[in-house]
Amino acid sequence: MTIRDMVKVLNASILRGEDRLDTPVSTACCSDLMSDVLAFVNEKTVLITGLTNPHVVRTSEMLDLKCLVFARGKIPTDDILDQAEERGLVVIATKQTAFTACGLLYEAGLRGVPIEWPEGEKE
Amino acid sequence: MSSFIHTVYPVEAADYTRAGEASADIKRKLKQLGLSSMVLRRVAVASYEVELNLVIHSMGGELILDVDENGVRLTSQDVGPGIPDIELAMREGYSTANEDARALGFGAGMGLPNMKRNADEFEIESEVGKGTRISMRFALSP
Repeated sequence: MTIRDMVKVLNASILRGEDRLDTPVSTACCSDLMSDVLAFVNEKTVLITGLTNPHVVRTSEMLDLKCLVFARGKIPTDDILDQAEERGLVVIATKQTAFTACGLLYEAGLRGVPIEWPEGEKE
Repeated sequence: MSSFIHTVYPVEAADYTRAGEASADIKRKLKQLGLSSMVLRRVAVASYEVELNLVIHSMGGELILDVDENGVRLTSQDVGPGIPDIELAMREGYSTANEDARALGFGAGMGLPNMKRNADEFEIESEVGKGTRISMRFALSP
């Protein structure tokens, strides 16, 4: 799947990074808790969130994420979008709720990021 | 021992707007050194967590980056208020973050455990009324 496919599935609008829609994606995570994203995401993936503050972009920068999907019709301010653009992120927005957005993307073949549990914490 | 990089970043309490700028700079500096993306990511995550902890919980402090041939060291020290029960603070899901921090997506109680998880060595010492010092070391090769 590419980000372009995600745009179709979510009927999303493209906010930044129109030239990078052919970037392939295979996994995603969904959270409004940036601490959890920082704790559990181990790969360059897609983040679906309803949070629209600068820390979403900052967190994405720390983790080298590929694409941000803002759910339930929320759109961050232009300065936040510009920061995302500077960091090479593709940003799209959908009117779907986060739950439905995840369901649609899962149905289309996207999967959750594998979680790496630390030693001694397996299962 | 010679240090290739030694940078001190002052971090102000409750400055949510600038929170993360030091970590972004640290990541850029380390990227220029050509660190592997895995090490880079682990340092970036731990650095961002510790920087946010300074902003959210401390009365101000500093984040110090040291790089030498042995690896990367991140040190955070603040001027208070100190952690009364470190064992409790280290527990995943335990958080004393205020509403401001939670509104920004923090306060999941993953900060300290996440630092420990990403660092090769993690030390924390704290005294109520004095402050907290966290020291993390990252080896250059996994």
